[in-house]
Amino acid sequence: MAKEIPLLWLPAAACTGCSVSLLNTADPSIKSLLVDEVVPGVHVSLRFHPTIMAGAGEVALGALEETATKHKGEYVLAVDGAIPVGTAAGYCVMGEREGRPVTIEERFVELAKDALAILAVGTCAAFGGIPAGAPNPTGCVPVREALELHGLEKPLVNISGCPPHPDWFVGTVASILLNGLPSADDLDDDLRPKAFYGKLIHENCPRRAYFDEGKFAKKFGEDGCLYELGCKGPITYADCPLRHWNNGTNWVIGAGSPCLGCTQPEFMSLPYYEKVTDVQLPAVGAQVQSKEAE
Amino acid sequence: MTKVSIDPVTRIEGHLKIETEIEDGIVKDARSTGNLFRGIELILRGRDPRDAQVIAQRICGVCPQSHGVAAALCLDSAFGLGDKIPDNARLMRNLIQGTHVVQDHILHFYHLAALDYVDVTAVAAYQGKDPELNSVKVFLERGELGPFAPRYEGDYRLPVEVNQEATAHYLKAFEIRRTGHEAVAIFSGKIPHSVGIVPGGVTDTPTVDKITKFLWKVKKLQEFVNNVYLPDVLAIASVYSDYLEIGAGCKNLLSYGAYDLEGDDPDLTRRKRLFKQGTVSADLKYHPLAISSITEVVKYSWYEDSSTGRHPSQGETKPAPGKEGAYSWVKAPRYDGEVYEVGPLARLLVTYVAGDPVVRQLVDWALAELKAPVSALFSVMGRHLARALCAKILADNLEKWLLELKPGEPTYTEYEIPDEATGMGLTEGSRGALGHWIEIKDKKIYNYQAVVPTTWNASPRDDNGVPGPIEQALIGTKVRDKDNPFELVRIVRSFDPCLACSIH
Repeated sequence: MAKEIPLLWLPAAACTGCSVSLLNTADPSIKSLLVDEVVPGVHVSLRFHPTIMAGAGEVALGALEETATKHKGEYVLAVDGAIPVGTAAGYCVMGEREGRPVTIEERFVELAKDALAILAVGTCAAFGGIPAGAPNPTGCVPVREALELHGLEKPLVNISGCPPHPDWFVGTVASILLNGLPSADDLDDDLRPKAFYGKLIHENCPRRAYFDEGKFAKKFGEDGCLYELGCKGPITYADCPLRHWNNGTNWVIGAGSPCLGCTQPEFMSLPYYEKVTDVQLPAVGAQVQSKEAE
Repeated sequence: MTKVSIDPVTRIEGHLKIETEIEDGIVKDARSTGNLFRGIELILRGRDPRDAQVIAQRICGVCPQSHGVAAALCLDSAFGLGDKIPDNARLMRNLIQGTHVVQDHILHFYHLAALDYVDVTAVAAYQGKDPELNSVKVFLERGELGPFAPRYEGDYRLPVEVNQEATAHYLKAFEIRRTGHEAVAIFSGKIPHSVGIVPGGVTDTPTVDKITKFLWKVKKLQEFVNNVYLPDVLAIASVYSDYLEIGAGCKNLLSYGAYDLEGDDPDLTRRKRLFKQGTVSADLKYHPLAISSITEVVKYSWYEDSSTGRHPSQGETKPAPGKEGAYSWVKAPRYDGEVYEVGPLARLLVTYVAGDPVVRQLVDWALAELKAPVSALFSVMGRHLARALCAKILADNLEKWLLELKPGEPTYTEYEIPDEATGMGLTEGSRGALGHWIEIKDKKIYNYQAVVPTTWNASPRDDNGVPGPIEQALIGTKVRDKDNPFELVRIVRSFDPCLACSIH
């Protein structure tokens, strides 16, 4: 009999893009992820995911609360979206108890307490992302900060990206099922798996040779490095240039666009189409400046 | 009077609560509540205008392409590029958006709506050799049925074999919609949240290998829409034929039109588009679109009353959490002060009454199959049918647009960001009329407003107390079993609500 690992997916201040990206998983397919033993002997049982689950309202919340009670310490909690907290918690609510709306912050704390591990899916959950962009109108914090606020210590993996590549989520889950929870060495300072976020985009970019030669595109559609058009590849950690997106079809720079830096904590704080300044990029900036001076 | 509340409404996008009051089995009152506010319009203020199409896509991860197009059209007009977008770029935008929308309609019918009609557990009795269905059978035998159970029980009417076949289509639809996204990524890098569409045009250039690859992915979509999706909708509509009479709603429909067939007219309300701009009501008379007729009101929404009644070009977003009497984060857009529904039904019927011969023939054929009059389109199944027909119309045009692309010709027009400007972008998202408005000062975003399809459809009461489209569609409905209120969720889901969109 296959071992059942319950997975609960809590939607916070999110756009559902992370879930749609997960639907694009190729091997395993989303059907295999939902139905089959995703690694031999283990089935991930998706007990709560509002976007896809059959039940609604109290029936759906019943499944959530029953799993959390029956499987204390055994379920994985995935969160997409940042979490409005404290006096701002009312900006994101789901369901009611005794006639009062339950905030996502309350649900997060209840579910986080007894989770085996927590996956912060997407840049909003990992770093605050879109809703935490200045002026952060709804007091959003990332999962890591929400845990600290409530004095909770839990194994946490940040799977950043806007959205994350489905392989990053599936690979992290498979690694936990096969090898157990990641050790500190497996994660970077931002709690991202080094397996996926270990290298800069810039290190593996096929346009790198243009950069080294100082040949820069001045407008969209031109050959050349996209650095001057705002590319965040030199400060962004992800394996997009090697993995490619949508079942290996393409990736951002492959479509002639600068990398927008969507896996980074800085995603919302830099203008997308302005050159990364030398302050943020001392080593590479010096190199570029010397090329431009020639 | 019994209160029936559904919170969260699942198999939609986002945080939606529906509350109803039921007397003698009939819905007497209904309230639609959007439960997540992020304030993206406020986050856009002060930023580089070019950031708008990046951040606006993040309004919604289910329909980012349409926000990308709306934002790009909005910036095009603000930058004085409304009639200067190269044909290649116009076509590539159509292809990116159109292919995305076809996969989105497939996703909605199979993965969001179908579990209201199709009983997956019928696969337990499957005796055939299809490996996919047999893996579902093994799954059912293991006994942990999430996410397919628990669920409302009772009104599953399809014969066992039809349930099994429909489940096979549910699984096949996963693959097909993924293929659709792969096509979108060819010209836009990745999806969700793609990069190809920018003010001035697109970032990529069409090459023969990309066009060919796109073409063959589109053919798979087209084949599925024609041979599986549309027949399935007709089959389910004929078994659940009472749903051709349930959930009519306000019967006022509004479309901004979408998919530019020419790029020379900077006026988006007149530009020649595949789906036409305009409004239509129960009398089936065509009316041209008048953008000045749109206002957003907020008496029943959690925003300051001082901001009510504004045109979106002058719109404000001033959150007022806990405001007395309010019950939703969704604002209430109105057209000429009246309640209007938007979505595939609106763009199909507006294009139909505008006299488009292809659309007339297709709609008449589908209605004849169901032996139903045009008026039956104002219903739950009418919305599903309209969505499937819109998918077919789009899928049939994608190949044509691909073959109109000219490798080597321009895809992008350069521009300077103006010190001060205003702009408007209008298109049709998967879920209906989508408008973005921008005001630029000192080369930065001074104000940005989005009025989104589900803002219309899931809106609360307006300042006159008139309920929004989903609320109206629920009121008057007979609910057979209040513990398993299939009627309510089927009505709500027929609108394909997207709450992250509606509030943003």
